[in-house]
Amino acid sequence: MEEEFQTFSTSEGVFLTRTTKKFQNRKAWAEPNPKMISASIPGTVLDVYVKAGQIVKKGETILLLEAMKMQNQIVMPFDGKVKKVYVKAEEKIPKNHLMVEIV
Amino acid sequence: MSLKRNIQDLRKRKIEVQKGGGDEAIEKQAAMGKLTARERILAILDENSFHEYDLFVEHLAHDFDMEKKVLHGDGVVTGTGTIDGSPICIYAQDFTVAGGSLGLGHARKITKIMDHALKMRVPLIGINDSGGARIQEGVNSLAGYGEIFFRNTISSGVIPQLSVILGPCAGGAVYSPALTDFVFVVENISKMFITGPNVIKTVLGEEISMEELGGAKVHCEIAGNAHFYAKSEQECFEQIKSLIKYIPRNNTDKAARIETKEPLKKYKIEDVVPNDPKYPYDIKDIIKSITDSSEFFEVMELYAPNIVIGFGRIDGNTCGFVANQPMYLAGVLDCDSSDKAARFIRYCDAFNIPIITLEDMPGYLPGADQEHMGVIRHGAKILYAYSEATVPKITVIIRKAYGGGYIAMNSRHLRADFVFAWPTAEIAVMGPEGAANIVFRKEIMEAEDSNAMRKQKIEEYKEKFANPYVAAGKGYVDQVIEPSETRSMLIHALSVSTNKTIQMPLKKHGIPPF
Repeated sequence: MEEEFQTFSTSEGVFLTRTTKKFQNRKAWAEPNPKMISASIPGTVLDVYVKAGQIVKKGETILLLEAMKMQNQIVMPFDGKVKKVYVKAEEKIPKNHLMVEIV
Repeated sequence: MSLKRNIQDLRKRKIEVQKGGGDEAIEKQAAMGKLTARERILAILDENSFHEYDLFVEHLAHDFDMEKKVLHGDGVVTGTGTIDGSPICIYAQDFTVAGGSLGLGHARKITKIMDHALKMRVPLIGINDSGGARIQEGVNSLAGYGEIFFRNTISSGVIPQLSVILGPCAGGAVYSPALTDFVFVVENISKMFITGPNVIKTVLGEEISMEELGGAKVHCEIAGNAHFYAKSEQECFEQIKSLIKYIPRNNTDKAARIETKEPLKKYKIEDVVPNDPKYPYDIKDIIKSITDSSEFFEVMELYAPNIVIGFGRIDGNTCGFVANQPMYLAGVLDCDSSDKAARFIRYCDAFNIPIITLEDMPGYLPGADQEHMGVIRHGAKILYAYSEATVPKITVIIRKAYGGGYIAMNSRHLRADFVFAWPTAEIAVMGPEGAANIVFRKEIMEAEDSNAMRKQKIEEYKEKFANPYVAAGKGYVDQVIEPSETRSMLIHALSVSTNKTIQMPLKKHGIPPF
């Protein structure tokens, strides 16, 4: 009848215990990568203005994302070259969806 | 018209209105596995105790040909009755009448019974089963919601307010339950959300079912919006009746005392805690070895199970229990368990229910997700709630009481009235492993075999500090007791605390870390 418990560490030591669904589904933290431009809000891509290989200056609009009835201009965070475009016009994308990769 | 005919006419009118939306709509309601509004009220209240008011209220809509429509009782049943002889104000939205939609007349019936409950200082039970705002009534239905929310807030902490979700409760409507003390939900019947699956799909392109978005399980387990989960309406009604028996009618009253009975013999308090401090056990077994008849009425059982809250009786009087649960996440505090405990502490304090804290927790849950969710602000709620509470507050330290957790779990320093500790208690600034690594850092680093040295130093630290006697030596713990003495010590401490009086500094209200 001995139940198998999971080991669980805190700063105060290692314990045996059960965990919850919510705990198991928690997301590990990842350092944000500014070269990967992802959607900060779910929405619909209205237009993409850049192509792979194109050199784009900081501040130029690379695509238009409609979310919550607002048209959001997604701009280049710094001067760079577009490595790959992952979305196309009319595409509906969820939050955190990778849109453009730059180098 | 003779009196006899008048009476017959009245009876006829009543029967007509009590049909609600009519036979067809009632059949539809039954097909969804739901009782009607009146059936629900009758099932909750004592037999023959329900008295309905505003039966003949009609709706106030004029546009879109609504004036030609008859909506019996305007889609809500209101009245008074008793549960276990104790008076109750109650309303139930009638889904068979225009989908239980809320217009101004409907809302006014609800606010009238709410005003009555507050004035008479009796508990209010609201049964929600409604499609939402009655769009034909426009901004008037919004006014209705606002007037309900306002009364929920004003009555908060004065009379107990219970919300029962027995159907859809969507959009603005969800805020009334959210403002009340306890929310009851039933599997497959309750649906609560601000924006429904259709809106989420159109706006965000995400597909999610109603059950997964805002079903009973979700609100009990994930969102923490609901407190009681039931598999059927009948089970839900039994939960409501049980709760009403544990709590007082209002904030100047005390919960009714019932005859005391010893805990059941099968709960042996000395057998619960395992010898190895790394091993978990079920804290509820300890609660049940303390309470009258070993009865414990748990609140929010499915949410943040690393802390256990609920009601039990000691010597016939209701107590609120707050207990770390080593069985889940080793009993740590995190954002969710802090919210859960803090709100319950404030509930008990508002309604004169003494709080018993059982402590066994190894500190806070580490992790970037916790920090980013604001575990500082959430954790602070427990400190705030305990510090502010003026009801009798008694702590029993069972095993681990480390660091910030020791302070948070109703320590002497937050004005606990009594702090008892079992001889198994480990009260220290942090766990022996962490502490030894810091205090003996140099010795461990410089040792030839640093692992062996670390082990030795941990043992030394454990021997010296991982016990209740250091804290007891400073008066932070009042008494180190044998586990078998716990119930009798609690009975004694509670009886000494009966007339506890504390003057708080005058203020409008505090600013809790919501």
